[in-house]
Amino acid sequence: MEKIQQHSPLSEPVDAEFDNIRIDGCDGANRQQSVESFTGNLKYLLVGVIFGIVFVKAEIVSWFRIQEMFRFDSFHMYGVIGSAVAVGLVSIWLIKRFNIKTISGETVSIADKVFDQGQIYGGLLFGIGWAITGACPGPLFAQIGAGYLAVAVTLLSAIAGTWVYGYVRAKLPH
Amino acid sequence: MNIIELLKSPWPWYVAGPLIGLTVPVLLLLGNKSFGISSSLRHICAAVIPAGLPFFKYNWRKEAWNLFFVTGIVIGGFVGNFWLGNPDAIVVADDTRQTLSALGVTDFSGLMPADIFAVSNVFTLKGLIFLVFGGFLVGFGTRYAGGCTSGHAIMGLSNLQWPSLVATLSFMIGGFACTHLLLPFFLHFVL
Repeated sequence: MEKIQQHSPLSEPVDAEFDNIRIDGCDGANRQQSVESFTGNLKYLLVGVIFGIVFVKAEIVSWFRIQEMFRFDSFHMYGVIGSAVAVGLVSIWLIKRFNIKTISGETVSIADKVFDQGQIYGGLLFGIGWAITGACPGPLFAQIGAGYLAVAVTLLSAIAGTWVYGYVRAKLPH
Repeated sequence: MNIIELLKSPWPWYVAGPLIGLTVPVLLLLGNKSFGISSSLRHICAAVIPAGLPFFKYNWRKEAWNLFFVTGIVIGGFVGNFWLGNPDAIVVADDTRQTLSALGVTDFSGLMPADIFAVSNVFTLKGLIFLVFGGFLVGFGTRYAGGCTSGHAIMGLSNLQWPSLVATLSFMIGGFACTHLLLPFFLHFVL
């Protein structure tokens, strides 16, 4: 029920809304109860800055590194993703094990991912796009900051792709 | 080697990976936020061009943190490349370099090959394939899959979610297939 409350606009019937967010209401979701101000949100900007620096410095934003990964010519990207998952895994385990609270004192809450055929079809489509552009959504932003301004077109097209998905969503297998 | 020189040289995976992994607990503890970047694209749609579609009818302002986060990534990209930039050319694995050279890539100096990603290519066939078509698949595919490398591969796997494993494997299969079957054709065509 939490997920329903999270996004539910009053005008929409609950079932439709639930279906609407069932698939990805948990990707990047905000589960904090209290409302944050503009200045409160600046801390996420700071985390983003550090994250963006890491992306560029470890060359994760490089089209060449993604090519190496898909050609099995370098361990670099596998090392990055593997060690990131390892650290994330241990962190979440520690948070749950010791019931570590957020800085505002709330219990940490992470929504479960629900299986959906989109994870296969959409996943394959994204994989193709990843190999072509050399970027997943995060690196797109970092590449633009790093001065690869042509990538702004890629980002706009990715936004368009997201919009078209929203438009044709009901007709797609899920 | 002083600290600035050390910061300017490329960071190895065992430094970068754990730092990226730490984003997961940092976002959770700062404000109960699940790590995930592709949702920012959805929030931009919801904020700018919702067009009455139910998929974009939600309170995107509650998710505004994600837009702050990606704005930070743009700034970080700037800092990483212009203030902490690597003075030397990127070192691309020999095998990849040879394969790409044979397919017509000539510029191995930057993070992105200028042969394809130069601004002057935006309105050419290169731009249409590598920017417009590729970008569309990234946006459409991640939303259809309900997440990207951050939301599924890192956040989802860290939380032991099997649907995220399905998604991650699909990303990789799509990437392998594209790299070995489609890209040679595309590169040959435009270079």
